[in-house]
Amino acid sequence: MSALNIKKGASSHSAYDLRSTFGDTIEKHTLAVIVENEPGVLARVIGLFAGRGYNIESLTVAEIDHTGHRSRITIVTTGTPQVIVQIKAQLGRIVPVHEVHDLTVEGPSVERELALFKVGGQGDARVEALRLADIFRANVVDSTLESFVFEITGTPEKIDAFAELMRPLGLQEVARTGVAALARGGDSHV
Amino acid sequence: MTKMMTGAKMVVQALIDQGVEVVFGYPGGAVLPIYDEIFQQNHIQHVLVRHEQGAVHAAEGYARSTGKPGVALVTSGPGATNAVTGLTDALMDSIPIIVLTGQVPTFMIGTDGFQEADTVGITRPCTKHNWLVKDTDRLANTIHEAFHVAMSGRPGPVLIDIPKDVQFAKGTYSEKAKRTSHYAPQVKGDINMITELAEAMATAKRPVFYTGGGVINSGPAASQLLRELVEATGFPITSTLMGLGCYPASGPAWLGMVGMHGLYQANMAMHGCDLMINIGARFDDRITGRIDAFSPKSQKAHIDIDASSINKVIRVDMPILGDVANVLEDLLKVWKAQGGKTDKEALAKWWKQIEAWKATDCLGFTQDGPIIRPQHAISRLEALTKDHDRYITTEVGQHQMWAAQYMGFEAPNRWMTSGGLGTMGYGTPASIGVQMAHRDALVINVAGEASWLMNMQEMGTAMQYRLPVKQFILNNERLGMVRQWQQLLHGERYSQSWSEALPDLVKLAEAFGAKGIRCDNPDDLDEAIREMIAYDGPVIFDCLVEKHENCFPMIPSGNAHNEMLLANAQVQGGITGTGAVLV
Repeated sequence: MSALNIKKGASSHSAYDLRSTFGDTIEKHTLAVIVENEPGVLARVIGLFAGRGYNIESLTVAEIDHTGHRSRITIVTTGTPQVIVQIKAQLGRIVPVHEVHDLTVEGPSVERELALFKVGGQGDARVEALRLADIFRANVVDSTLESFVFEITGTPEKIDAFAELMRPLGLQEVARTGVAALARGGDSHV
Repeated sequence: MTKMMTGAKMVVQALIDQGVEVVFGYPGGAVLPIYDEIFQQNHIQHVLVRHEQGAVHAAEGYARSTGKPGVALVTSGPGATNAVTGLTDALMDSIPIIVLTGQVPTFMIGTDGFQEADTVGITRPCTKHNWLVKDTDRLANTIHEAFHVAMSGRPGPVLIDIPKDVQFAKGTYSEKAKRTSHYAPQVKGDINMITELAEAMATAKRPVFYTGGGVINSGPAASQLLRELVEATGFPITSTLMGLGCYPASGPAWLGMVGMHGLYQANMAMHGCDLMINIGARFDDRITGRIDAFSPKSQKAHIDIDASSINKVIRVDMPILGDVANVLEDLLKVWKAQGGKTDKEALAKWWKQIEAWKATDCLGFTQDGPIIRPQHAISRLEALTKDHDRYITTEVGQHQMWAAQYMGFEAPNRWMTSGGLGTMGYGTPASIGVQMAHRDALVINVAGEASWLMNMQEMGTAMQYRLPVKQFILNNERLGMVRQWQQLLHGERYSQSWSEALPDLVKLAEAFGAKGIRCDNPDDLDEAIREMIAYDGPVIFDCLVEKHENCFPMIPSGNAHNEMLLANAQVQGGITGTGAVLV
């Protein structure tokens, strides 16, 4: 095999892999972006997605280390493998960005989202809502004679499923936090 | 050593500590304290421009011709918004500049105060990074950090927004060394991938070096190493508009510029190669043409300091993340250690093919008749100035492409042109920035009359500082490139693409106190150019040229490299289909 017949997409002995995987299917990836907690840093990240036409499915941000001035931005995004690689590279060159981790490819990870659901109703519907909330391990955090506010945590899919069930039972209002995610296991790279 | 001083003094002190010699700027209410400090010192020279856009382009010209960062100082609000085009231009072309803007005092921010604008918000997408400094104690460090960010990794523009109360307040000045930045891009390339490339070079049958502005930005050592590599391998080399000068135009392996208006042999070599070695270029759409037909049979290596440039547009087989000079040094070592082998037989055949392409003489033209052809004007300018210590800036359009085609650049940092953004009005202020850095050099702005008018107010700056910049204007009374596209693409409907009521450029020169020269006769051209060169002061050269000349070769939008138009005769039916929507 001549040196020119390098298999496309393969990295025979590269320390890092910048080679595109040549796929054209749309993938969903969860990115953890560790940033310097300074004014405007969120605007830089969001502006990057808006300016370059990338998708944001979910975005969560909060300070995680007060003394170290670090915030963690969790972004769920979609795109072809080439676009995902590009998003990570673009995020990586923002000056106050310390680290970019693709939790979808860096090994198993856990994702959770918290949501609050206001469900109004009386009679059977109200009883059914409470019963389903119990099945989903949702907590009642507020109640009137005509309404409940449920608090539920889980994967986005679980929350979607709960929302679908609540809709015919008098769903009035939803607040969702967006996804928070961490890699599984004892190693901490973030 | 720490010292207490006002924020305004800190700005000046930090610039001095960073080795800044020249600042291009324009005063206003929100930067008056800084101007007061500039008044009271002699270390930094301030150049008063006539428009803030001019200040930023001048800083770019200064940076590109010296390799040092350029600095501009403007006021809040309109001062800052006028700087936006220059910032975007510098971002697209990776030019290290530091722009300091005044801001309304911190307690007024957000109240729609007089000359208030959300400067960091507006300039966030057009800077590499920017800062709003709300505390005088942090000002000096921020300025030092700004220089570090502008110059590290892929260079670019940065902006520091300084509210007026921060300029007045006293704080602790911190020295340059006290930088705590985590920002440190990777410069060393992966040696395994470099080895892979060296192996590919040893067996390549039809290789080509495709170089770009990254070579220039990497510093003179990168250009030197590139020359060594080209000489050692005997591979042909082409360059983007941004990279002209990184390999000498008189060198034996030089193919000329690549791209939309690149030379036939360069584009054909890019299309037909089996190994493309991209060094500090970014597969810009002016280079690639149609993506799915771009160099279909080649393995591609890409050396770039910016990971986001790799696989952005063109998927490559050998990505090497690192600084050009650093990587080329390793590549040369590895390739030599492998025995420095190339496939000489195949290379000879490849060169034979390239010579056949060269024989088409794609830049050939005949100067006949009484009207100066623009190609002739540039050719004569080249012939009469190439032996001078010469720097060329340009505006944007046909004249820019002709300059790139017909002029030869032997060294890096000699060619300043707005590549990525394509900013009309770039050349005049850029020429001023270049001349500030090289007082005794011959600095020529090759311009079209339409572009030139966009920042012609900067002639006042040239006069004030006795900068003998030569404005060589190819005057076709048209927006030549727009007209060319309308001819090719829009059924020869020349919508708004000619200039009515042009000023008399000779009288305009005289009004500024400069020298005006007009030439409309091919027989007088050489003498007129000599007169321009000889004149010790700014010159506006009004070169009246053929009004309907088109710039060839041309790869029409949406076409591949081997589908070049070489002359008007080949222009039939215009551009249709998907190509028509491209710019």
